Amino acid sequence: MTDYTADEMMTVAAARALTDGSVCFVGIGLPSTAANLARRTHAPDLVLVYESGTIGSKPATLPLSIGDGVLADSADSLVSVPEIFNYWLQPGRVDVGFLGAAQLDRFGNINTTVIGDDYRDPKVRLPGAGGAPEIAASCREVFMIVRQSPRAFVERVDFVTSLGFGTGKGDRERLGLKGRGPQLVITDLGVLRPDPDTCELTLTQLHPGVDLATAKAKTGWDLRVSPDLVTTERPTDQELAALRDLTA
Amino acid sequence: MATIAPLAQAVSQVVHDGDTVAFEGFTHLIPFAAGHEVIRQGRRDLTLVRMTPDVIYDQLIGAGCARKLVFSWGGNPGVGSLHRFRDAVQNGWPTPLELEEHSHAGMANRYVAAASGLPFAVLRGYMGTDLPKQTANIAPITCPFTGEVLTAVPALRLDSAVIHAQRADRKGNVQLWGITGVQKEAVLAATRSLVTVEEIVDELEPRPGAVVLPSWVVDYVAEVPNGAHPSYAHDYSTRDNDYYQRWDEISKDRESFRTWLEGVA
Repeated sequence: MTDYTADEMMTVAAARALTDGSVCFVGIGLPSTAANLARRTHAPDLVLVYESGTIGSKPATLPLSIGDGVLADSADSLVSVPEIFNYWLQPGRVDVGFLGAAQLDRFGNINTTVIGDDYRDPKVRLPGAGGAPEIAASCREVFMIVRQSPRAFVERVDFVTSLGFGTGKGDRERLGLKGRGPQLVITDLGVLRPDPDTCELTLTQLHPGVDLATAKAKTGWDLRVSPDLVTTERPTDQELAALRDLTA
Repeated sequence: MATIAPLAQAVSQVVHDGDTVAFEGFTHLIPFAAGHEVIRQGRRDLTLVRMTPDVIYDQLIGAGCARKLVFSWGGNPGVGSLHRFRDAVQNGWPTPLELEEHSHAGMANRYVAAASGLPFAVLRGYMGTDLPKQTANIAPITCPFTGEVLTAVPALRLDSAVIHAQRADRKGNVQLWGITGVQKEAVLAATRSLVTVEEIVDELEPRPGAVVLPSWVVDYVAEVPNGAHPSYAHDYSTRDNDYYQRWDEISKDRESFRTWLEGVA
């Protein structure tokens, strides 16, 4: 069996979560790598949608940006940016929104705008919202892939760029959002899912070789652990070969 | 009818000090050469508009051309942060930069409203986010037919729009294809427009999925081969990903940026 890194385990776990034949709105970076790995392994008919307006892209190489030529060349349909948001995302046609985040909190709210309490005088200015607020609102469910650290996994985000569960159960419904919100957070240590009663992100899965104390230490809130905690299956040789071929 | 002119002349006619101006392009067809010409001409007090301000906006901001940025995602795509943008926001260097921040869906709809001659656009957006607390022109609106509460954003009228396309003909009709982003909307939202093109041809051959902007909605066309570099023009060039990686180093400190800037001038 081949050795692997924590990042490889994370990407493989994220790829496995995508169902063949479903439609996935893909963010650039880790989500794009995972979605393309899924297409090369168990989900050849996964439909990849990128916000640049490419629908059904089948890139032969991993794109660096969301608008690389390989995404356009291999797409089933190429539409304008207003169209991708208005006709394709907004009505709820997309199954899974797949996002990364600079900061994430215990209720799955996402911050990609500023670090620090003062928006006008931030400690760190981040890139901003992009398509994420409406992806997080409109997709049937949201998966996230984020490396776990106390700086990234915080009690409460400094700025809600994209809504998870707000302050807890019921917030999304009160705002009239149709999508179910973040259902899966895949990290380099394990997997978190929202608690069905409170919507608090709860550790349900640890990757092989990761101990619970580490997962707790790398979380900026008092991490709750599912009583049914399971261990992720290690990456198969086939998954690792496909991933390394993709990122080579 | 569009006027076909050299780049420097076209830029000086279209982009003026104090303009609200968009150099649009969604990763593809970004009008870098025109942006560099704006830096050379020393334009000041621009309100820069773009969904995805990337390296060319980092350069314009670092060169001191801008006083405000209207945007939805400011980064170096696939690489990381924009250091000149950060320096302007966090430290006011070389001048302070006012921000007006939206989501992509909001910006796209603002362009559509302006292109449509409407005062605002309606969307399902921004719900539950902190953006409306910081951005004054995001407002709730109630549907008069269903009572549903939605979000309104105002039309994004531009003084000037600059885009890059693959081709124009000698009359100034413009053709672009591949990822076409919001360029059509930006041109139709603007009082003045400039399109730089890879080549000027006798006749535009039809292309599947191409956007054609008729000559009478374009003010200036300038032939600038490779004018989108380090971005790309589909069927003409590929994205120079190494340049985007290198920009991260060049832009990290003010001195290496200044050296780069002297090279442009």
